[in-house]
Amino acid sequence: MNKLTRAGLGLLMTTAVATAQAEDVKIGMITTLSGGGSHLGVDVRDGFMLAMDQADRDDIEVLIQDDARRPDLAKSLSNEFMQRDEVDILTGIIWSNLAMAVVPSVVRQGTFYLSPNAGPSALAGKMCHENYFNVAYQNDNLHGAMGAYMREQGFENPLLMAPNYPAGTDALAGFKHLFEGEVADEIYTQLGQTDYAAEIARIRASDADSLFFFLPGGMGISFMKQWENSGVEMPVFGAAFSFDETIIKAVGSAAIGAMNTSQWAYDLENAANQAFVEGFQDAYDRMPTLYAAQGYDTARLILSALEKAHPSDQDAFREALREADFDSVRGEFRFGPNHHPIQDIYVREVVEGEDGEPTNRLVGIAVEDIQDVYAEQCRM
Amino acid sequence: MSVTLLIEQLINGLQLGTMLFLMASGLTLVFGVMGLINLAHGSFYMVGAYVTALATVSTGSFLLGLVAGVLAAAAAGAIVELLVIRRLYHRQHLDQVLATFALILIFSEGTRWLFGSSPLWLSPPEALSGSVALPGGSRYPVYRLVIIAVGVVVAAGLYLLIAHTRLGMRIRAGESDREMIGALGVNIRRLYTLVFALGAALAGLAGSLVGALQSVQVGMGEPVLILAFVVIVIGGIGSIKGALLGALLVGMVDTLGRVFLPALFGQFMSPSDAAGTGTALAAMLIYILMAVILAFKPKGLFAAHD
Amino acid sequence: MTRLHPATTPEASPSESRSWLERRHLVHGVLLAVMLLAPVAAHLMGEIYYVNLASRVALVAMAAVGLNLAIGYGGMISFGHAAYFGLGGYVTGISAFHAFDGSLVMGLPGSDNMLAIWLAAVLLCGLLALAIGAISLRTTGVYFIMITLAFAQMAYYFANSWPDYGGQDGLPIYLRNTLPGIDTNDALSFFLICFTALVLSMALTSRLMRSRFGAALTMARLNETRLATAGISPFPIRLVAFVISAMITGLAGALYADLNGFVSPSMLSWHLSGELMVIVILGGVGRLYGPLAGAILFVMMETLLGGLTEYWQFFLGLVLLGVVLFAKQGVIGWLAGRQQHE
Repeated sequence: MNKLTRAGLGLLMTTAVATAQAEDVKIGMITTLSGGGSHLGVDVRDGFMLAMDQADRDDIEVLIQDDARRPDLAKSLSNEFMQRDEVDILTGIIWSNLAMAVVPSVVRQGTFYLSPNAGPSALAGKMCHENYFNVAYQNDNLHGAMGAYMREQGFENPLLMAPNYPAGTDALAGFKHLFEGEVADEIYTQLGQTDYAAEIARIRASDADSLFFFLPGGMGISFMKQWENSGVEMPVFGAAFSFDETIIKAVGSAAIGAMNTSQWAYDLENAANQAFVEGFQDAYDRMPTLYAAQGYDTARLILSALEKAHPSDQDAFREALREADFDSVRGEFRFGPNHHPIQDIYVREVVEGEDGEPTNRLVGIAVEDIQDVYAEQCRM
Repeated sequence: MSVTLLIEQLINGLQLGTMLFLMASGLTLVFGVMGLINLAHGSFYMVGAYVTALATVSTGSFLLGLVAGVLAAAAAGAIVELLVIRRLYHRQHLDQVLATFALILIFSEGTRWLFGSSPLWLSPPEALSGSVALPGGSRYPVYRLVIIAVGVVVAAGLYLLIAHTRLGMRIRAGESDREMIGALGVNIRRLYTLVFALGAALAGLAGSLVGALQSVQVGMGEPVLILAFVVIVIGGIGSIKGALLGALLVGMVDTLGRVFLPALFGQFMSPSDAAGTGTALAAMLIYILMAVILAFKPKGLFAAHD
Repeated sequence: MTRLHPATTPEASPSESRSWLERRHLVHGVLLAVMLLAPVAAHLMGEIYYVNLASRVALVAMAAVGLNLAIGYGGMISFGHAAYFGLGGYVTGISAFHAFDGSLVMGLPGSDNMLAIWLAAVLLCGLLALAIGAISLRTTGVYFIMITLAFAQMAYYFANSWPDYGGQDGLPIYLRNTLPGIDTNDALSFFLICFTALVLSMALTSRLMRSRFGAALTMARLNETRLATAGISPFPIRLVAFVISAMITGLAGALYADLNGFVSPSMLSWHLSGELMVIVILGGVGRLYGPLAGAILFVMMETLLGGLTEYWQFFLGLVLLGVVLFAKQGVIGWLAGRQQHE
């Protein structure tokens, strides 16, 4: 709240501050802080601001605005940041549809955009741009990695389920790409659906040996709760979007045993991650999620590039970003030719923690150095 | 498709229908007696679920949580009625829509302010978890059967209340002639507050029960609010009987549409395309149903009055 | 149908009426002047953001002008005008999409000419409204509110799950569409296009309401029986007004997509229908300048509150509640005096 007020005040005083120092760096963050799905935006913001606080630089100003998950509002805010506040860097968008509304025109107009979450396929492929960097993942990464993992584990007939919208169809396509085998069935649900009784009955009636699903946010919570009491015995797999620390707390015991892929885990052993997890718990008194880790990495990437160049020197700053010269909390991290990560994807299992609440435990690596398939369509 | 699966899906439709009835009955009651369109009805659903979740965690008893949730929703309803709603009875529908739209914003963001953005934990009690065997070898969650039972009890209770009690008589009088019951010496303000709180309590009950099966989060009332409106419009606004039949119809059509349409399209399309197209059509199905019904019966199936 | 009764204000005495009249014209003049001059001033100071913000206000106001014709003048409370706003937007998006990659849509080439796009958007919205209106106008009151919502929801779900044009991700418009002789990429030029469209839509509404048609529409709203005794059936009158209303909102949507360089199903969502309704009521139902006043106020609140607190929608709710409870004739009623025949 404090930070936000500061950002809000900063916003009002930008004209005064802007003239003060030419070397200052201004970062605009558009993210979802109100309405459904706002815990993702709050985590990205808190992770990002934690890194900024730890760096303790007074020449960086971060302006934060809430998009309320509305594409047109996000678009208007991006205009505000670019045209009024003249920010050097934009970041923060959570949802693919908002990213599609904002990013293409932002990068075309010569502002850098660093995505802390959304990674739609178009922006990794045909619409890639030299000023666009994705610090999280291409949307397919985690699903594909789970496909590879389940094949290795010897599952032969998984049933796939996702909402009927582009990220959902992409998710299943990504899964199938690396699973490579036949699947029992594909079930598409409605976006925002809350009752899954009919789908669970279909799953029960199928001859599948496992279930892979992509139901982000509240949809996943609803599904897992209903799955628990249905009496269907089948191993469950998914991507971290349905199993972040916040979500599994809300699901409760129903989540235990589920396997999920993530590019990050809080129990990854590296110095950067320890500093992050401890710092986050101290600052905000809760466990970080992968979204917080992405926000944190985004800020640390920016900080590392600022050591080398100011964003006004576009070519040098871009080169500095491309080098990704920072210790990512996820371990190894580098950018592919389309400015999307090449990274290891881990497998986690939801287990009962010491306090009796479910938590994720690192199991191993699903796929090393995964890269999205859209890179070859990218010409920059 | 086997008969077992069909039976299971019919029960699913019935369960969705009973949940919708809990929402729709309050909505239709408030409209029938006071002539008020209440978009904020979904907020009471959310209040019920939130309070149940919080109270269940702190008391350790789902039953206590449920009672707290229903009471909180009723109290929230009564307060909102006293502060805002009673100024709206003589206003146009348009003003009612705007004011209750504003209430949604206040409730949703106020809840988020108080309890944060993260979804809350709420699960069915231990005694009601697990599943029972259905004829034909399939299994069905106990908790969903309980929801159906609660729905039936509430429907019966509402019938008794309206047909056989003094309050019910006043409600019926209010539905047929609003000026009249004032003349009969009934304290009409208190009646209105009571009816509104009753409607809110029913929504809170739905939220509390379903909260154990769904994500308890800000905005959870909106999708179900729209469905409840579809239900009461199909059934005829102001009619409890209409709400019951409308709820069952919508529950069945929605559930069966989600199951059968993808399968139907699978007959002449590739599985992926069929799943996509079928699901898309299933999402539109209840709206199509509503448009068709209204095209032929402009006042719904069992209109009480306009 | 539940009728609206905004025009039942007791007659004022002639002298009083004149002073009201003058105040009204003054307020209206100031509103239009601010709407036109603020962005011009912003342009001169190099603040493009405010020019674009003004375009947004103008287009949202125009969409509300369309809705106001249905709600305020026609007494048809449509909760589904997002369908036309979104359809207009998708016409722009789809046309630009096909013009960009040179493919055909239903046998026709795409176009990046705004005139062609506007024509298509207006015609398609008119057709859609004709179909929806023909069915919906059989119902009245809450049923009408809900059936219009139902149709908009169908459009919303359809757009969400139709993969060809991006589904829920929406459809970006890479290059703003063109208008012969005008640089549409220039923020001020584009604003002037939007402003002109807004003024024309208001002029059309005003002209329409002064015509015999407008008189019949008012009569259909206030006293259907009297209209019937005059031998006029209310249904076609309402249907025509509904169609024109949808066309105005649809054109605003077509321009809105070009302003944002993007169209997505969120333009079709029930929140948007609700927002347009809020703007109409905020400004003043059935007031010619109501939508403009409402749009200015709404966008300003959204922009200012959003920068101050993450719980801005809470305060937005409080403001809206205050307006509906205490400023019964909307902002325009409060500024310019109570309802007169405009």
